[in-house]
Amino acid sequence: MYAVPVIIGIIVIFGAAKRVPVFDCFTEGAKEGLKSVLSIAPSLIGLIFAVTMLDASGFFELLADALSPLCVSAGVPPQVVPLAVIRPVTGSGSFAVLSGIIDKYGADSLIGKTASVISGSTETTFYAITVYYGAVGIKKTRYTVPAALTADMIGMLTAVWSCAAFG
Amino acid sequence: MIVLSLVCAAVTGRMEQLSQAAAEGADKAVRLLISMTGSMCLWCGLMNTADKSGATRLLSRLSAPALTRLMPALKNNRAAMNAVSANLTANFLGLGNAATPLGIMAMKELQKTNTLRDAPDSSMIIFVVLNTASIQLIPSTIAALRQAAGSSSPYSILPCVWLSSALALL
Repeated sequence: MYAVPVIIGIIVIFGAAKRVPVFDCFTEGAKEGLKSVLSIAPSLIGLIFAVTMLDASGFFELLADALSPLCVSAGVPPQVVPLAVIRPVTGSGSFAVLSGIIDKYGADSLIGKTASVISGSTETTFYAITVYYGAVGIKKTRYTVPAALTADMIGMLTAVWSCAAFG
Repeated sequence: MIVLSLVCAAVTGRMEQLSQAAAEGADKAVRLLISMTGSMCLWCGLMNTADKSGATRLLSRLSAPALTRLMPALKNNRAAMNAVSANLTANFLGLGNAATPLGIMAMKELQKTNTLRDAPDSSMIIFVVLNTASIQLIPSTIAALRQAAGSSSPYSILPCVWLSSALALL
């Protein structure tokens, strides 16, 4: 856990060595940061609102049920399918699912390991897309979503297979 | 999405939870934004300092060979190149808090040269997909939940390799 302090230290020391007005630069950048937060706020609120509703409606459970035969034939343990479905959509939701799986099956069981690797090797895709495109006012996403989901899927399958092979 | 959730709730009989979620959703978003504001300001400030001192230029020179292959348009866009390499470095080190503000900065730089205005150009798409695939050396949050960090880190590299081939297809 040294990474963050070390990087901050390097930046500040490097700046001081090059005789840059470190604090002025910092406040200037921080102001930009504040503006960015404001510019992404509306789209982020809309998306999180919709995702929270979708989550509560039981949609993801239905989707996981529908997908599980397909996943099982690809070698995915049925217990991790709900996690795989929810992972690209909500970070906190999938974290809750992950702790549930680990509690139930143990961190070092194959299922627990697979679930951990899935969580570690993928991101909350929809959140990232909203934040990044929302920040610059882009409304059409072209092929971003299919491309990102393909990458997620490949990441998850890789996780499952590598755990099965080495786990 | 909202219509879909109404239909699902009707099917699963969870209307009560749904109305509760509707009340919570916006609230949750604002809380997230507030907690994000701090790290956003911190990292944008540090990034600006690093920019002025030339530290990011150094970093982007190091990562240039790999990056220009993935995003050829970056070659003529110094500022975007700096921000993109900083974001990917933060991702690589598992600094999720730092990666988001740096990524937003990178997107802003990329948008300046984007001719499509309200749709992303291909380097923006590649950049976002790279971020969603989350290339990490140390998945620190997950490692905190379980001690088996050693066993899970080697695999996180694999999606990155796969990703490039998935992108080549598109």
